[in-house]
Amino acid sequence: MNFLIIALIALGVTGLLASVLLYFVAQKFKVEEDPRIDLVQDVLPGANCGGCGFAGCRALAEACCKASSLDGLLCPVGGQEVMTKVGDILGMTPQAADPMVAVVRCNGTCTARAKQNRYDGTLSCKVINSLYAGETACPFGCLGCGDCVEACQFGAIHINPETGLPEVDDEKCTSCGACVKTCPRHIIELRKKGPKNRRVFVSCVNKDKGAIARKACLNACIGCGKCEKECQFGAITVENQVAYIDFTKCRLCRKCVAACPTGAIHELNFPPKPAPKPATTEAEAKAKVEDKAETKVEAKAEAKVEGNTKAEPVAKEVKQ
Amino acid sequence: MKTFNIGGVHPHDNKQYSAHKPIEQVPIPEKVVIPLVQHIGAPAKPVVAKGDRVLGGQLIAEAGGFVSANIHSPVSGTVTKVDSIVDAWGMRVPAIYIDVDGDRWLPEIDRTETVNPICKLESQQIIEKIKQAGIVGLGGACFPTHVKLMPPPGKKAEVLIINGVECEPYLTCDHQLMLEHSEEIIIGIQLLMKALGVSKAIIGIERNKPDAIAKMQQHATHTLGVTVEPLELKYPQGGEKQLIDACIGKQVPSGGLPIDVGAVVDNVATVYAVYQAVQKNQPLISRVVTVTGKQAARPGNYLVRFGTPLSVLINFAGGVPEHTGKIIGGGPMMGRAMCNIDMPCNKRVSGVLMIDEDEALKHEPLNCIRCGKCMKACPMGLEPYLLAKQAEHGLYDDLEKRHVMDCIDCGCCVFTCPSYRPLLDYIRLGKAEVGARIRARQQKK
Repeated sequence: MNFLIIALIALGVTGLLASVLLYFVAQKFKVEEDPRIDLVQDVLPGANCGGCGFAGCRALAEACCKASSLDGLLCPVGGQEVMTKVGDILGMTPQAADPMVAVVRCNGTCTARAKQNRYDGTLSCKVINSLYAGETACPFGCLGCGDCVEACQFGAIHINPETGLPEVDDEKCTSCGACVKTCPRHIIELRKKGPKNRRVFVSCVNKDKGAIARKACLNACIGCGKCEKECQFGAITVENQVAYIDFTKCRLCRKCVAACPTGAIHELNFPPKPAPKPATTEAEAKAKVEDKAETKVEAKAEAKVEGNTKAEPVAKEVKQ
Repeated sequence: MKTFNIGGVHPHDNKQYSAHKPIEQVPIPEKVVIPLVQHIGAPAKPVVAKGDRVLGGQLIAEAGGFVSANIHSPVSGTVTKVDSIVDAWGMRVPAIYIDVDGDRWLPEIDRTETVNPICKLESQQIIEKIKQAGIVGLGGACFPTHVKLMPPPGKKAEVLIINGVECEPYLTCDHQLMLEHSEEIIIGIQLLMKALGVSKAIIGIERNKPDAIAKMQQHATHTLGVTVEPLELKYPQGGEKQLIDACIGKQVPSGGLPIDVGAVVDNVATVYAVYQAVQKNQPLISRVVTVTGKQAARPGNYLVRFGTPLSVLINFAGGVPEHTGKIIGGGPMMGRAMCNIDMPCNKRVSGVLMIDEDEALKHEPLNCIRCGKCMKACPMGLEPYLLAKQAEHGLYDDLEKRHVMDCIDCGCCVFTCPSYRPLLDYIRLGKAEVGARIRARQQKK
């Protein structure tokens, strides 16, 4: 009995002394931390995906609290909504940012790009890319092993078994950029989501000369420059035999889509085009250019399309 | 018998198919295409244009930097275009197209077979001649030879090691070269010794080539300072660092070069090319290539002019046999399966190996069982299972700490792995990334 009491007292006194000591030590070595960091972190999605460019959500929260303005700081997963909340906590207004989405710029489907050899090694795009050009003749195109699918933490990418190409789910994509970083061929790009998810982009990155690119893939961009001439907003540039549409300048008029002889330019989520009156879709796409000269050029473009009898790509796109 | 100390494996050498087959000359095709990337370093810059007439041995592209090499025309003819060509792995490389009109040579080139042992040139002149002739290491790495012969200031070469090991299974081109041109190789060694200012040279040859050892010894006994070192069989003995360990018992430090232990290593084929360049004024325009395989119709060693499509070479050697699963450029350990055999032969190609469908079958990779066989086999003393995992997960800092850059791509780890794991695929990825990071860091400085 005696032992028990002695032990209890000894332990109790030691505990008391230690707690007093710890209290003073805690006061002495207290780390001053901005209490807002925790608040901001609570608002952030907590995915720790690194899409913002920081190591994780906590690192972004710290950066937000340290910064004098929220310019250049953006959580791509939470988007504008979350940044507004962060702004409320910190008393700052976030920079207005367009919602972005990952876009796969390759349309070398199984039918368009014939296989020339059989690969039986490690199923990883990175490994194939380090070894050789791939199973098809296009050394720039998608390898189809799904490194991007694996990289996506949000389950937004899947490989379409029919085409063999990855497809991005607009709703699930948070534009964190993990797929962009992982793709060894730099095919995936973050582009503006666009009004009603409508987008126009060149679905090819083949830098070979037109004839060679076309031989390798029926859907390749051959760098003919027709779209560049067609675009009135200077949004399209052809460099290294491949066209690129600058999404900050593109007004979604879709004339380039019709002008493209190989169907390399894709339009997404547009309603089916009423054949006789293309001007209505134009209005929907909020391109406010409505003078006479404009309609004339358009008429010309239509004529060209008919002349080329290449309305097929548009139809294909709608099907998708 | 000597050999290197760390790791190594014993693959079946399979040299019986093409061993002792005399070197045969492949006829010159009507058109040749010369790729401008045939070496490590910057691509060569073309110095001819469309319509130019060239003679055999004429310079057609000059070195594009310090680590680069000249390229010469292997035939006489007319340049039809300077464009690009798809290489054996589907990638486009710049190339010069020549329509062949014959086999006329520049007048100063000596095309006779007479052996010329007398050389009155100074060290610098020899190096300059080697540089002009566009000679690169023909053992596989294709590193420009003249760069090796000019050690950085403060370092001195003490011994020249000649690589006649040919540890890669199936390949016999170096073996046959040693049998047919031993005298020239010994003269080439003397030239290199003079260029480097060293008094000692060791020729390392594995003991599965007793006739080559005897032949080289016979000529070496009359030559001061040159010895032949018969070596125990073990792959990858032909690796530069392994050969130095085997011959002189010194280990090249991690991240270092052979010159750090006073050694310079050159392949026998390179030495033969040096002899031809210095004594015969003939630049590097052809090499011996082994075409082999279990089912190959006429396996053997063929002297091929650069620019000859590999398909022409294969057809000359009896064509692609039925049920061929893969055609590999190089040997089975370090070579890579090719997807385009229309690629022209160049300085990089040492062998064409055609393997059967069932030989080419790959096993499904299983889980790593941590048996440690790969560590035991690694000739550089690395931990391949760990490096592969780290590379797969992008842990590049850890990879660098664990000396991933020391990996010599020999493939011993994959050869020995009981779970058939693709270790080297991932280690190579890691090496590429870590190498890029190191270069970026150096550039910042």
